[in-house]
Amino acid sequence: MAQLSYLSPSSVDEAVKALSGTSARALSGGTDLLVQVRSGRAKPDQIVDLKRIPGLIGIRAENGGFVIGSATCGAMLSEHPTLSKIWPGVVEAANLIGSTQVQGRASLAGNLCNASPAADSVPALIAARATCVIAGPAGTREAAVETIVTGPGKTSLTAGEFIIAFKLPPRGPKASDAYLRMIPRTEMDIAVAGAGVSLALDADGVCLSAHVALGAVAPTALLVADAGQALIGTRLEEVALTRMAEAVRAACQPISDKRGTADYRTKIAAVLAHRAAVIAWNRAKEQA
Amino acid sequence: MSKQRTAAIVNGDPVEFLSDPGQTLLDVLRDELHLTGSKEGCGSGDCGACSVIMDGRLVCSCLVLAAEVEGCRVETIEGLSTGSTLHPLQQKFLDHAALQCGFCTPGILMASKALLDANPDPTETEARYWLAGNLCRCTGYDKIIKAVLDAAAELRQDRKSA
Repeated sequence: MAQLSYLSPSSVDEAVKALSGTSARALSGGTDLLVQVRSGRAKPDQIVDLKRIPGLIGIRAENGGFVIGSATCGAMLSEHPTLSKIWPGVVEAANLIGSTQVQGRASLAGNLCNASPAADSVPALIAARATCVIAGPAGTREAAVETIVTGPGKTSLTAGEFIIAFKLPPRGPKASDAYLRMIPRTEMDIAVAGAGVSLALDADGVCLSAHVALGAVAPTALLVADAGQALIGTRLEEVALTRMAEAVRAACQPISDKRGTADYRTKIAAVLAHRAAVIAWNRAKEQA
Repeated sequence: MSKQRTAAIVNGDPVEFLSDPGQTLLDVLRDELHLTGSKEGCGSGDCGACSVIMDGRLVCSCLVLAAEVEGCRVETIEGLSTGSTLHPLQQKFLDHAALQCGFCTPGILMASKALLDANPDPTETEARYWLAGNLCRCTGYDKIIKAVLDAAAELRQDRKSA
């Protein structure tokens, strides 16, 4: 702490250089990082505030999809005029994080790179097949969201790398998503389990594509390919939902802790995925 | 360790201050600018006692580094009244006895102001969710919610007759 310094670069190159240092940490909303610095859990020698880099805050439509600046706060996601119509599951997941105060600061990149298995926005982003645009010493690269977190508190980002944006892919008609989590009270808690589902339907309501992702039931958020596969070609009939739930339970490898036992988490994850799939399907049918 | 200079607008006044890199906005408000209305409850963004409005958004000032407010507008509880005339929210908190020890009150008032700035006619449910990040261990929240909704009604009336 004694040698802590604060830097607020105005370009990606400057930030890459600053983050290449041994124990520099990227700051966007700060709602996780500053708590960790204060408690001594994180001991960076340099905090690199990314928010003054052009483009890191803001949402723009691009090539039929959306590009969300990595430091964009949760409140801005819900205030955007069209984002929550096209990606309601991503927005509702991000908006579940913390209080109004936290929503005014906390970002998608922070929620992802904090690398908690229970991060709410992550299963929704994975189900949405979102990708990260990552800047680093070797230039920029793109990677699927599910490749970033490698374990609790650990990411695949290398020295000097940081996420500059999330890309949500183009959306056809009759497509939508949903995210649900279980907490033992109504607000301000951390998921016991979470499930994000994203669906695209044909004109008759048959699933053309389906992606199911889970949170808080493994060391990282999980993309459960078998669960999505169980829904493709169906109208979410009971038998399809049952097969999806089986795939979800088979993928779960949770721990037991004060929030819930492994058995409970496994059972609940399947219930949440079932409900989220139905919500996503109903939303998709409403889409033009 | 070198201190850094930051310039911001606090309650409408331009201010400049020096801070250590680890100091928060709350530290600077209280210790450098002597605006001690914002309280430190938890220091981890859970209690909301340090709530201030930064560029129009409600934030926990304990979760903002002082240097991050460069060029920003910050509103604190000290700027809520107009001279000795209380803001309708403050008056309604008194009328409804919406406080006991008062420690959470500055934060709740700023959070309520941010709510009514964004939504002049909140439902009770909207007000309760909006204020979920402000903990009060005395009142049981009911009087707070009544005061906020009453202040909202008065502000709507004021706007209509203005």
